[in-house]
Amino acid sequence: MNNKCIIIPAYNEEKNISSVIAGIRKYSEDDIIVVDDGSDDFTGAVAQNAGAFVIRHPFNLGYGVALQTGYKYAAEKHYDFVLQMDGDGQHKPEFIPALFREVESGDCDIVIGSRFLGESRYKSGLLKSLGIKLFRLTIRLVTGEKITDPTSGYQCLHRKVFEYFTGDYFPSDYPDANVIIMLHRAGFRIREIPVEMLPNPEARVMHHGVFTISFYLFKVFLSIFITLIRKKQ
Amino acid sequence: MLVQQKIFAVFASILIFIVIITLVKNRKLKEEYSWLWLLTGAVIMILVLWYDILLMLTHLIGAVLPTTTLFIFAILFLICIALDFAIKISRLTDQVKNLTQKVSIMEADKPNKRVV
Repeated sequence: MNNKCIIIPAYNEEKNISSVIAGIRKYSEDDIIVVDDGSDDFTGAVAQNAGAFVIRHPFNLGYGVALQTGYKYAAEKHYDFVLQMDGDGQHKPEFIPALFREVESGDCDIVIGSRFLGESRYKSGLLKSLGIKLFRLTIRLVTGEKITDPTSGYQCLHRKVFEYFTGDYFPSDYPDANVIIMLHRAGFRIREIPVEMLPNPEARVMHHGVFTISFYLFKVFLSIFITLIRKKQ
Repeated sequence: MLVQQKIFAVFASILIFIVIITLVKNRKLKEEYSWLWLLTGAVIMILVLWYDILLMLTHLIGAVLPTTTLFIFAILFLICIALDFAIKISRLTDQVKNLTQKVSIMEADKPNKRVV
């Protein structure tokens, strides 16, 4: 069996998932695991027909839980490296080999694909970029590390990191700056490499509206605070 | 404290006791969840029947009327009960999440599975 796998948490992505899988196949022969998070459409069936291994939640549990199901499966099947990417086609698959290479080299335990490193021209909304700046600053102040894209879901993880994530401390909603701080406190080595991302094909975003974004920021900062007052894991 | 108030409070706490015990007897409420409610009824009963304690507590917390003390303690107990439920719901949420993940992985591992 392959020692690397690609995990894609997906919710109602039947329109995008087959092209995402086809895109991955151009650059990687590694196992593709789609975690269908209780979609109302045929995401799971489309992904299976496209050649992915599908784990289906009977109901929607949230992005973080879907990711964690993938980590638990990968840990159970003894994979050594896991790459996670979104199922909406935002993450360009040509960076998959580079992300894997970085962690396989042994220089770091987790590598984050950053939209803001190199010559990327990614543009985000005012509120979102403000939030990202706030997270960057918080991470810098708390850990001393310079992370340019703390909200990126395009990451590659060493076995010891995703095994660590199978515990109950992994957030069920959206793993974000709080998780980076948690990883730093646990002693994992984090690195970023430049990647390119596309805007979501259907202009769907996870968080929108002043209230939703403010509530989200509040939740992440609360999670950071709790992480800091907890004993180091 | 007026006699009517005393009678009403004693009647209310006896009613709480009867309802809780009946629910536990009929297995509609687990014993482990009943103790906080029974404690609430018992405290109301003690405070009403042992009037000096109620007066002392009223003086201690700076309330004007003993009935205010009863209400404050009733609200405090309700907060405790709500918090106890929140703790239990958090634990249950984690258990449901872990079980669902386990079942989903086991289902996915089945040979000849069909994804619907």
